[in-house]
Amino acid sequence: MKYMHLIWAALFRRKTRTFFTLVSILAAFLLFGMLDATRAAFASGDSVVGVDRLITTSKYSIIQSLPASLSTRIQAIPGVKAVAAANWFGGIYQDPKNFVLSFAVSENYLDIYREIELPADQRKVYENTRTGAVVGEALAKRFGWKIGDKVPLQSTIFPQRNGDKTWPFDIVGIYKPAKGAANGTDQQFFFHHKYFEDANAFQSVGTTVGWYAVQLTSADKADSVARAIDALSANSDHETKTQTEQAFNASFAKQLGDIGLIVSAIMGAVFFTLILLTGNTMAQAVRERTHELAVLKTIGFSSHSVLGMVLAEGILLLVLGGVLGLALAGIVVPIVAKGSGGMLNLPPIGTQTWILGLVLMVVIGALVGALPALRAMRLNIVDALAGR
Amino acid sequence: MKRMKKFGFGLLTLLIVAAFLVVWIALPWQGIVAIAVVFALWMALTRRGRQTWQVTRVGLATVVQRLGSSSVVVVGIAGVVGVLVAMLAMSDGFAETLRSTGNDRTAIVLRGGSQAELNSILDRDSANVVMQAPGVKKDAQGRPIASGELVVVANLPRKSDPGSDSNVPIRGVSADVWSLRDQVKIVEGRKFTPGLRELIVGKGARGQFAGLDVGRSIRLAGQTWTVVGEFVSNDVLESELWGDTQSVASAYRRGSSVQSVTVMLDSPAAFDTFKASLAGDPRLKVDVSTTQEYFSKQSEGLTRVLRAVGITVGIIMAIGAVFGALNTMFAAIQARAREIATLRAIGFRGIPVVVSVMLETMLLALLGGVIGAGIVWIVFNGYTASTLGANFSQVVFRFHVSAALLWTGIKWALAIGFIGGLFPALRAARVPVTTALREL
Repeated sequence: MKYMHLIWAALFRRKTRTFFTLVSILAAFLLFGMLDATRAAFASGDSVVGVDRLITTSKYSIIQSLPASLSTRIQAIPGVKAVAAANWFGGIYQDPKNFVLSFAVSENYLDIYREIELPADQRKVYENTRTGAVVGEALAKRFGWKIGDKVPLQSTIFPQRNGDKTWPFDIVGIYKPAKGAANGTDQQFFFHHKYFEDANAFQSVGTTVGWYAVQLTSADKADSVARAIDALSANSDHETKTQTEQAFNASFAKQLGDIGLIVSAIMGAVFFTLILLTGNTMAQAVRERTHELAVLKTIGFSSHSVLGMVLAEGILLLVLGGVLGLALAGIVVPIVAKGSGGMLNLPPIGTQTWILGLVLMVVIGALVGALPALRAMRLNIVDALAGR
Repeated sequence: MKRMKKFGFGLLTLLIVAAFLVVWIALPWQGIVAIAVVFALWMALTRRGRQTWQVTRVGLATVVQRLGSSSVVVVGIAGVVGVLVAMLAMSDGFAETLRSTGNDRTAIVLRGGSQAELNSILDRDSANVVMQAPGVKKDAQGRPIASGELVVVANLPRKSDPGSDSNVPIRGVSADVWSLRDQVKIVEGRKFTPGLRELIVGKGARGQFAGLDVGRSIRLAGQTWTVVGEFVSNDVLESELWGDTQSVASAYRRGSSVQSVTVMLDSPAAFDTFKASLAGDPRLKVDVSTTQEYFSKQSEGLTRVLRAVGITVGIIMAIGAVFGALNTMFAAIQARAREIATLRAIGFRGIPVVVSVMLETMLLALLGGVIGAGIVWIVFNGYTASTLGANFSQVVFRFHVSAALLWTGIKWALAIGFIGGLFPALRAARVPVTTALREL
């Protein structure tokens, strides 16, 4: 630390060059922050709250529903605390572009999904309103919905009994997702399965369920309970597939495409270029200072402190640019998320991204500083001063 | 006064850069070729031009000595161009796959407000009304050429990751489909037999999902089906498995209803008559579109997102690359400061110096652009990927690195080279000769 001012002075010896390099590093880490947010947005399987939940769907495809009678049989399996049913509604609001993640859910669904934190009084009203709907905070904000609003949603799948595809709802609750909830939880729309059954032109929805969400008494029973649930309907015409909520979400995200792979490929290209670029700058900087370094050594600086100083210079350069870049990403990401109108649920830059980013900065800094630092350490004072 | 002059000069260069970018983006390739030809003629024929060439040659000869820093320009720009071209190739490939599926000779009818086939349902009566509507082409026996179709989704494991299921579309088609969709060709095995549990598999689906080889059996809705053939169509249909409408309907308990009706039109002009007659029919509430319109619309959202992401990432990377190039070229002119000053002292004017530095940067940039675009072309052209499409099921598509995209990549590279070279070039020409000569 006592050499800090020396390192700092060396870094800004040529202001333009350092400035240019900083901008390059800044651009790289801005990209890193934005892409990591994108990756996190798609890897929404990592809800901490949902570890004790299983999802039971049809084994053959997501479009096949399950018998409603399965509910009581699942409930009877040891290790099962509660079973909730849900159905896909496929709602759109006013314009086909305004897709709403909407679900018809059984009464206990909101109990199992504890991360949906609905004030008790709103919950009460919801239970007593046939056409009541509970919506996430972000969704309500997106369309300017308030409690008490009457909202028509058009289902792309289900017409009402009178043939009308527009279903009226009353917004009775707006919830905030709890900490640790999966990304996008605040974009959902829930309403009574009862209403869905009663008003639906398709009579079959009264006896079927889209999928079951099963709450376990403890998360470590997941495997045995999942096997027991699937055994209930083995060899029937409605065989099920039960998996943890995380596995279910992950397999869904994977279907969109391997976002993680694309992001890593881009970042690989970016950081490779960055190493080359800053490595070159560092090499230039040290070459120019050969004389100065020789003088430092002459007046008693050990080879190791010279090595340390050059290494530290590289790391400082990366950390300066990187922190600025990530901070800028922290400003840009929410703007992009807002600008996309709910299409892209980019989470803000989290601690994990910062830690990974800082590690990358230090590693790349050490990497680009290594060769010039070694050169500086091995410098022969006499040769260097003589300009040989 | 001096400061004012400096400020004015800086402003002027910025304006030049901005103007250059605007013109550059708007310029078609003919324009750029013309500029290149004029430039080459100037170099070959005028005295200034020949001087420029000599100075450039000296610069290029010393590139080898500055290999490390020159490669920064090349690799940096190759990275920008590579990422940009790859992202655009993905978006273009996806859009093209969907667009080429439809044409204006066939029309598709869905229940009103359904948006995708998967959500739609048409009972047998409605389907018959649609097929009998005016504007539908009749075959030799006087029957309408039409296919009532079902799309269902099956879970099948992915080849690259057998542990996770993907939603694969299964389409039930009727006998007329072969004349309706004449781009579909059987390449292995045979067509399915109506009434049997037989499927043919698209080339794309076979490549992406496990267990779909001809002759194999798969379980669908609790029943065993046999894959009897493979087809190609070079469009989105290749992501699907096809069977007979009746067999699929009975397996998925759909009765006699279908989800969509695709009809052959008398001519593209007959579409309006067809659409108007269905809209005027009180028995029906349907959405009618040409297949071209229907499939193109499905690619819009994702294509826009991919393009936006590609260009945003490209711009941010380009900013990084510009500054990398600036660093390199400033270092280069510094290393050559005395030599350039000597040239100016013996009578070379500013123009040859400026142009030669810029030419050098742009040549390095061109090399980077060619390398980046070339790598993407070799690695990604025809690369198959899949994503979730409108039917909540997988769409298999190929990256398409077109000549136009390669050209876009090169244009970006040259633009980065121009900006990265301009400022160092101006500096080289403006440093007072005496100062430069004295410097060591």
